[in-house]
Amino acid sequence: MVYFIIRRILQIIPVIIGVTLLLFILLYIIPEDPAQLILQKGATPEALANLRAKMGIDQPIYVQYWRYIKGLFSGNLGTSYRYQRSVNSILAEHYPYSIKLAFAAIIIEIIIGIFAGIISAIKKYSIWDVLVTISTTILVCVPVYWLGMILQVTFGLKLGWLPMSGYGDGSIRYYILPAVTLASVSTAFVARMMRSTMLEALSNDYITTAYAKGLSQFKVIGKHAMKNALIPVVTLIGLDLGSLMGGAILTETVFNWPGVGRTIYLAILQRDAPVVVGGTVILVGIFIIMNLIVDIIYAWLDPRIRFEKVEPNI
Amino acid sequence: MPQNNKILEVKNLKTYFYTDDGIVKAVDGVSFDLKELETLGIVGETGSGKSVTALSILRLIPQPPGKIVDGEILFKGQNILDMNIKELQDFRGNRISMIFQDPMTSLNPVFTIGNQLMEAILAHQTITKKQAREKSFQLLEMVGIPDIKRRFNSYPHEFSGGMRQRVMIAMAIANNPDILIADEPTTALDVTIQAQILELMHELKEKTKSSIIIITHDLGVVAKYANRVMVMYAGKPVEFSEVDKIFYKPCHPYTIGLMRSITRLDQERKNVLKPIEGSPPSLIDLPIGCIFRVRCEFAVKQCSLSYPELLEVSPGHYSACFRANELFAGFKNLDFLKTKK
Repeated sequence: MVYFIIRRILQIIPVIIGVTLLLFILLYIIPEDPAQLILQKGATPEALANLRAKMGIDQPIYVQYWRYIKGLFSGNLGTSYRYQRSVNSILAEHYPYSIKLAFAAIIIEIIIGIFAGIISAIKKYSIWDVLVTISTTILVCVPVYWLGMILQVTFGLKLGWLPMSGYGDGSIRYYILPAVTLASVSTAFVARMMRSTMLEALSNDYITTAYAKGLSQFKVIGKHAMKNALIPVVTLIGLDLGSLMGGAILTETVFNWPGVGRTIYLAILQRDAPVVVGGTVILVGIFIIMNLIVDIIYAWLDPRIRFEKVEPNI
Repeated sequence: MPQNNKILEVKNLKTYFYTDDGIVKAVDGVSFDLKELETLGIVGETGSGKSVTALSILRLIPQPPGKIVDGEILFKGQNILDMNIKELQDFRGNRISMIFQDPMTSLNPVFTIGNQLMEAILAHQTITKKQAREKSFQLLEMVGIPDIKRRFNSYPHEFSGGMRQRVMIAMAIANNPDILIADEPTTALDVTIQAQILELMHELKEKTKSSIIIITHDLGVVAKYANRVMVMYAGKPVEFSEVDKIFYKPCHPYTIGLMRSITRLDQERKNVLKPIEGSPPSLIDLPIGCIFRVRCEFAVKQCSLSYPELLEVSPGHYSACFRANELFAGFKNLDFLKTKK
């Protein structure tokens, strides 16, 4: 297990190199001069050249890239063109907001998604099942930003129950709309997957065995079917957690949420390359770590994929 | 030896499945009884309703689409079909328990053997977990699992098929049930393992003083272990008798067909196996009359008019055939048939 975890952590390195390389090339292609961006219009050519030399962007791309990678592995994500602050501090400032929102969304996703899925599987073809199927289909189809705006208009503007946007004083009221919006699509996916894996699990022979032992329906479903049905759902939720942790660009932008997603969005608009690259690197890193955690949970749930040695049959 | 008191009585059991294509009459009027300490074999080909009969006894038919539409299942006089869900839970695995066909899939892959075994014990006995653990060790020892302490914490995938079936048996006898239903317990196993499992079941039956219903399509198994046999065809019992009578004097054309289609060591080489022509009918929209008549070489006009009731050809020997008496009188044993065309 330890070997497995170490191996997986080492796998992060090539992924990070690949991602940064790609982003570097993309940003290099953009015909925008960072020096011009920083000094605004009217700067003299000498001043621009000076700044370029100072920033090192007059060097060939591989030199720049090498320097960046060296910085990256010593924990330095570079300096923002726009704010003249270290990218580390910018991201550190915004990350907590994203993480809080991600957790709020994940909680909604787990509770509502799993619950709806189970109900829909147990009461197959009932009115509840139909309701879950229809609402999840709609949720999957609706674009997140549109749903966000509709919620804003309905609950924020018309009904006035909840604040329309922003982080405010950080009370739970501010979380509800963005978290629901952020969780919408994944909740629908979780519910649908839970339904199908639950139905699949319930059709297994071991369910009949469990009933034949004299166990109650609650125990058969809650223990025997549940643990099997959860395995794929955990993967889905884990992957979601990974992507949500990286900041939700659309939701954070619609709700003016001060998270890292909105920061990256603004950085793209402002051509602030170091922030874009740094933010993405962190996003990828978290995604991979989340994947690793999912795999570990997975191994706990399903003993058949506990890595390393499998005992021989007798 | 089997006693004379009936421990289980199934009367006119009808279990239907309501599918999109129509009503599948999987079990259609099955009646039999089981005596104390007896081993009853239920034989028939795939789809003849053997397993559905077994599942119906414990009311394990998935509903929908299945439903027990008629009949009585009396366990020591109490109708299982009248039990409420609580009584049923107390009953299942406690008074009657079941061993399934495929040990590869009947154990839950994500829980340890010990967990699943203890669960079966704790469902019916009010003892501490520690005591249940002790009891599990005893059970595993009884069914011949080596290295119990370590095996207790193993998962099903770490066991071979035969070992898993042993665990299933341990689970089934955990609460000293009165009846053990074994639904094709050896079909999914290797031939060498099959014999071991059957021997084990036989041994444990003697030890635990329980009755067994063994469902199989292996006539050899029936001949060796069963006291009485019920032969099923298309959801109905066609012949029911003590095991010797069925083998030496089968009185239903279907049973005769089954006997002729098994290989025998004492058979002459020039004899060719004679299969039953045709295939079993779809259980939807069954025709009036005897269902077997289209495959039957003894069929007469009457067979297409009504379904033959079970006829007692000799004491305790029943056959659902209009010509059962003729068949009973007509030949002394199977050799007669072998020489026939």
